[in-house]
Formats: sequence, C-alpha cells, structure tokens
Amino acid sequence: MISFEIPPFIQNQLQLIRMVAEQAMRPYSRELDENEHARPQAFVQMTWPFTQEMVKRTLKPLMEQVNGNNGSNGSAKPKKEGPDYGMVNFIMMIEQLSWGDAGQYLCLPHPMLGGAAVDSAGTPEQRVRFLKKFTEGEPKWGAMAITEPGAGSDNSAMRTTAVLDPDTNEWILNGEKIFITNGALALKESDGLCVVWATVDTKAGRAGIKSFVVEANTPGVTIAKQEHKLGIRASDTVALHFDNARIPFDNVLGDPEVQQVESRKGFLGAMKTFDASRPAVAASAIGIARAALEFTKEKLAEEGIVVDYTKALHELTAVERDVIEMEARYKGAWLLTLRATAQMAHGESNRLEASMCKYRAGDAVTWITQKSVELLGPKGYSREWLAEKWMRDAKINDIYEGTKQINQLIVARSLLGYSRRELK
Amino acid sequence: MLDFRPDEEQKMLTDTIARFARERLRKVYRDAEEEGEVPQQIVQAGWEIGLLPTAVPEAYGGFGEYSAVTGALAFEELAWGDLAATLAIMTPNLLAVPVMLCGTEAQRETYLPPCCQDAPPQVTGALIEPVVQFSPYRLKTTAVRDGDAYVLNGAKTFVPLADEAETILIYANEGGQTQAFLVAAGTPGLTVGKRDKLMGVKALSTNFVTLADCRVPAENKLGGEAGINFSLLLNHSRVALGAAAVGVARAGFEYARDYAKQRVQFGEPIAHRQSIAFMLADMATEVDEARLLVWETAWLLDQGQDATREATIMKQQIDRMVVQVADRALQVLGGYGYIREYPVELWLRNARGFASFDGLAII
Ligand SMILES: Cc1cc2nc3c(=O)[nH]c(=O)nc-3n(C[C@H](O)[C@H](O)[C@H](O)COP(=O)(O)OP(=O)(O)OC[C@H]3O[C@@H](n4cnc5c(N)ncnc54)[C@H](O)[C@@H]3O)c2cc1C
Repeated sequence: MISFEIPPFIQNQLQLIRMVAEQAMRPYSRELDENEHARPQAFVQMTWPFTQEMVKRTLKPLMEQVNGNNGSNGSAKPKKEGPDYGMVNFIMMIEQLSWGDAGQYLCLPHPMLGGAAVDSAGTPEQRVRFLKKFTEGEPKWGAMAITEPGAGSDNSAMRTTAVLDPDTNEWILNGEKIFITNGALALKESDGLCVVWATVDTKAGRAGIKSFVVEANTPGVTIAKQEHKLGIRASDTVALHFDNARIPFDNVLGDPEVQQVESRKGFLGAMKTFDASRPAVAASAIGIARAALEFTKEKLAEEGIVVDYTKALHELTAVERDVIEMEARYKGAWLLTLRATAQMAHGESNRLEASMCKYRAGDAVTWITQKSVELLGPKGYSREWLAEKWMRDAKINDIYEGTKQINQLIVARSLLGYSRRELK
Repeated sequence: MLDFRPDEEQKMLTDTIARFARERLRKVYRDAEEEGEVPQQIVQAGWEIGLLPTAVPEAYGGFGEYSAVTGALAFEELAWGDLAATLAIMTPNLLAVPVMLCGTEAQRETYLPPCCQDAPPQVTGALIEPVVQFSPYRLKTTAVRDGDAYVLNGAKTFVPLADEAETILIYANEGGQTQAFLVAAGTPGLTVGKRDKLMGVKALSTNFVTLADCRVPAENKLGGEAGINFSLLLNHSRVALGAAAVGVARAGFEYARDYAKQRVQFGEPIAHRQSIAFMLADMATEVDEARLLVWETAWLLDQGQDATREATIMKQQIDRMVVQVADRALQVLGGYGYIREYPVELWLRNARGFASFDGLAII
C-alpha cells in the first residue's frame, strides 16, 4: 500500500544523527574545508561506536547462517518475513549526515562503498570475514577502486590486472587506480580494506573484470597522490599504485564458480553494487540540498521574505518562485531516492530507479545550491557562510557513481530495451 | 510504512480504468476533439466504473471508500486515455467532493444520494474566472450577506457541462475568503453564457457563467455559517489535476518512446541517438517524480494533514513538467508531431491548460 510513513525506529535514530550533525560536523565544516587533508576527528570519534553497532546488526544473521551451514544438523534459519528497512535507515542517515557536512560524511568510519561491494558480490562467508573488523577495535574505513586514468565512465577499458600465481595460490595485482575516496584512510591510516576492480583478461573487456579485496598495509600498494579538490575537502581522494601486490586467492569476491579465472560472471556481481550505492549518493546529494534550502529560507525570512503558499504564480516575487522551485526539485529527487530504496526493502530490482534518482538528485542539488548562492547575494558568495561551500560540495554528485550522462544512458537503455551496442 | 506500490484493490481498479482508457477513450478522443463533444455513451461508461459512488459514505448510498491516493491513481489512468473525457466523466465530483468534505449534514443528504445512481447527476462547479491573473484565494466574484440570502456578483469561465447542470457550486469572495454556494439552475441572476473556445480539451463543453445580483438562500452556503476550508478543497483539486497531468505526460512519453524506436533516419532508429534517448530518459524521470509528488500530497490529505505547501509546490512543478514532457514528445516526432493525425500536438495543447485549470477537477 502506498505510504510515505517513515518507520518510527528510523525517526528516533534520525534525531540522534541530527545531533551528531549539529555538534560534531557543522562546527568543523569551515575549518576542514580550509585545511584540506585534515581529518574530522570529532566526527570519527562520535560515530565509530555507532557504526560498529550498525555493521554488527547486519552481520548477525549472516554469522548465524554461516555457522549454521558449517554445523552438522543446523537447520538453516528461516528468512525474516516482511520488508527489511535497514537500507531505508541507512539512506536516511546518509541524508542527515550530509546535511551536516557531505565531506565529513564520506569519512564515516564504516565499510562504505567497499562494504556495498562486498555485500553485493561476496558470499555470506566473505561478508562476515571482511566486514567483521568494522565491529571492533580502532576506527576503520572501506574504499572502492574502479577508476583509472584511461578508464573513467568506460570501465571496460580498465588495465589493472590480476594474475593467479599457481605456486602460492595468490592473486598478483598490477596497475593504477585514481580518484579513490578514502583510499588513504582505508589502506594506510587504518586496518580497513579497499575493493579493487581488476581484469583477469585484458582482451575480454567487462567480462574479464572481477572484484578483489585488498586489505590495509598489503605490500606493493602505495598512495601515489592526494588530490586537491573543488569541494568535499574533508574527504581524501587518492591515486593508488599496485606493484606486484599479492592477495590471497579467497579475496576475489563471489562463489567458487565466479572465483575461477575462466568465469565471466564477476562483472555482474560487481555491477550490483551500484543498485545500493546510487541511492546512497542521491541521499547525500539531497542532504546538501536540504541544508542549502533550509539556510536560504532562514536567511530570507530574516529579511522578511517568507513564501506564502496560497499566492498564485503571478502574485509571487521572482525570489519566492525560485524558492518554491528549489523545494520542488529537492522534494522530487528525494521521493525518487526513497522509492529506489523502498524497492530494496521489498526485495525488488531497482536498477532503473537507482539510476533515475542518482542523476536527478545530482542535477537537483547542483542547481539548488547554485541558486542558493545567487539568492543570498554577496553574503552567499562570502566564505563567512557555508552556502558557497555547499555549492562546491554539491557538484561531485553529478560526477561520481556514474556521471549524470552515464546514468541517463542506463535509464534510456532500460526504457528502450536497448543493449550497449544499440545505444552507445 | 514507506511503500510506493498500489495495493491489490487499487491495482484492480487501475487495470480496469487502463483498459477503458485504451479500448474506449483512445478510440474516440480525436473525433471528439474535432467535433467538440465527448460521446454520451463514453461519459456513461466512464461513470459506470463507479469512482464517485465508491467514494461517497455509505450513509448516503455510496461505498465509503474515499481516498485521495486511490483517486489520484484513477485520474492518471483516465487522463492517459483522454483529458477532455476525463474531465467530463469527473464533472459531478466538482460538487460532490466539496459537499462530502465540507458540507453540512442537510447538504450531504440532499446532494450525495443522487451521486450514487446509475447515471451521473447534472451538477458542476465554478471556480475559474475570465481574467488574466487568476487567483483562487482572491476571487473577483463576490458574495454579500443580505438578510437570509447571499447576493452573488461576478463572472466565471471554464464551467464544465454548465448548460445541462441543475446545480452549480459557485465559489465567491466573501469578505476576503473564498466560500462556495450551491446555486440551482434558473435562479434569477444566474446566466449560463456562451461556450468557451479553448486551445485544448475541446471535446469538453465548458461555459461562461455570470452572476448579477443572484440571490442564494443562506442555507446554500457550503458548510453553513462556518463555511468551508477552501485550502483543503483546492489541495484536493490539485491532486486530481496533478494526477491527470501525469497521465497526459505519460501518454506523451510512451508515444514518443515507441515512435523513436521505429522511426529510421540515417540508417538506424532515431532512438539510437543520445539526444533523443536522453530526452526520453528525462521525460520518464520527470513523470515518475511528478507522480510521487502527487501521491505524497494525496497521502497527506488521506492522513488528515494540511498539505497546502506540498500541493502548491507540486502544482507548480507539474505545470512545468507536463508542458516540457509534451513538448519534447512532439520534438521526438519532428514534423509528424505537428500534424493532427498524430495525438502529440493535442497533448501539448492539453498540457498547457494545467496552469489555468485550478479547480477544474477534484478528488
Ligand atoms: C572526488 C571524487 C571521488 C571519487 N571517488 C571514486 C571512488 O571512490 N572510486 C572510484 O572508482 N572512482 C571514484 N571517482 C571517479 C569517478 O567515478 C569518475 O570521475 C567518473 O566515473 C567519471 O569518469 P572520468 O572522470 O574519467 O570522466 P570521463 O569518463 O572522461 O567523462 C567526461 C565527460 O564525458 C561524459 N561521457 C563519458 N562517456 C559518455 C557516454 N558514453 N555518453 C555520454 N557522455 C559520456 C561524462 O558524462 C563526462 O561528462 C571519484 C571522482 C572524484 C572527482
């Protein structure tokens, strides 16, 4: 049944997250923007106990499943009935954290995109094995490395190779990855992990691609560069070099069939990551959009400009019309995001809807934050306020997790029933 | 809890309406448009789907299953078939829904039972005025209390099926507030004037209505002395029209999508080009987004919450969206889109109307 009601347990949790955003993020926003590469200590300290619990909760049924399967007569636990609102919870948390500060949100000590990749391509045993460390000890980060200098939107052009050494039964990785969010935090500054896409056959295109889990401090992995960026400066973005980096055979994600060199199924599992990660990016975009929208309305109200929703179009000033359009685009993109997320909760396929919400949200937040700076005039442009920072932060959502155009392509192919060859 | 899937009953309803829209409305809409009339059998068949009787409370002869969300689903499907026929079929709502939501007990007893009969009651509503800058909250038509009556003065336009109506719900400005009055045909001072000549929805007969010192008994003020919650009614109207706009836009998108796949130029279907395919992606995304905005407002109304802000935001977004989508649909068809043998030009004309249609439908 059609309903827009947010489950109460999520609403309660959101109040806590809002407190984190107000107390541990907003006060440091400017400082972390001006001191690029400084780490958001307060935010990390405050969220780590919390994220550990989150990961524990998702791993619990998996651990029972894994142990049950190993046990002799352990009857497999019946799958939980009804929708699973865990993903809705996560998406709403991302929105609220990004309202606080999108750059800091990306530094959440959590498996993040790497975790999404392990979840969608890994077996239950692998998920437990790799993600368990996010439930204990010091803060840890996860990352995901797909992009290369010659392979951005076109990841089939990737050149990073994985070769199996039959003597040691290890994969040997060689190549270069760029623009990797949390690469340094995950691999050098904590005992985290990075999921790396590499090809076992450079001539096979996408079919040769598999996902490999590279854990922190693996010899042969170096941080080649820290990028300096337009926005989300609290988030580290690095280039990684793999120089004969050796990882255990079992670190290739997937079941024993997919793990085989000859198997061409690795890519499908890897692509599933995006069904979850695109709504997550959209949610982050929406968080920034809401921050900008609320702030703009607040400042306009101080000038006596408050939108009267009973006015007809011709009675509204240009500024009021802009505000209403900002609200419409924010709300529309958010509802598309909630839809793609609810589909996950109900166990439905959401590939089309995930791409729809991702590109619409990226588009909306880019426009909304640019409008906000415009409406706030010289003060909006000033670094005294965060509006200009939000505009810089916002733009990344048009780019990563598939640019706007790449997501439009995915949507269009799906609507038209076209293959990659028919619609390039 | 958070869910965007219609339930089983709603699916049965939308399937029924989708079939009616495809098999009946889509067969007649062009002739109806050219001839300026929705065939009577179509209006009757549409009425027999039973949307209004389903919504009316049991005490007045209906089934008591009123829901703005369900109504929105129905309006979208119908309008996908044809907007003019939709507005004709749903005309009795213009009186029945306000009476249901804001009427006194006596008004409900008088006006609702006839809405649950085998044939549609001859009733309508009049909000829109023949001005350049129309504002539903600041009407030019006035109502002034005079003893046991109200005296109405002013002019209305776009009043659907007014020439046949036995009762018209007329909205007027009473001391700065929009109120509504149940005015019987033949009341001195009430004149149903000439038929409107509109850019689109030409199959729907709408008229000018003038009020010259038209005296209406005080008990005919909707809601009695206390009057109505006009925002509530306008919000319900915006849900109906928003949903209808989504139906029109979806019709345009689907037609353009299918056309683009079969039209070959430069040796391959035009849909193989990103400039066409990306237009289609945007159209589908904007239609989906608009639908969610409509549903959210409808859901809030069903929860008994005030949705004035949401309804306004939604309306303005949808007025933009529906024209953009219809315009792009026409662009995808190129020259053929401009020809009246194809439906797309009609959808563009209908789409532009939504900016002026406040109050022309209600759920
Ligand atoms: C701050 C930041 C963080 C990032 N984090 C990560 C990360 O954690 N992991 C990771 O793997 N990557 C990450 N990326 C990389 C990001 O995903 C890529 O930048 C993105 O996919 C685009 O690739 P590109 O930059 O090579 O652009 P290109 O692919 O060169 O695209 C350039 C332009 O061409 C357009 N274009 C390309 N192909 C087509 C086509 N077929 N049709 C139409 N238009 C097309 C694009 O839309 C774009 O506008 C990050 C990037 C940034 C900036």
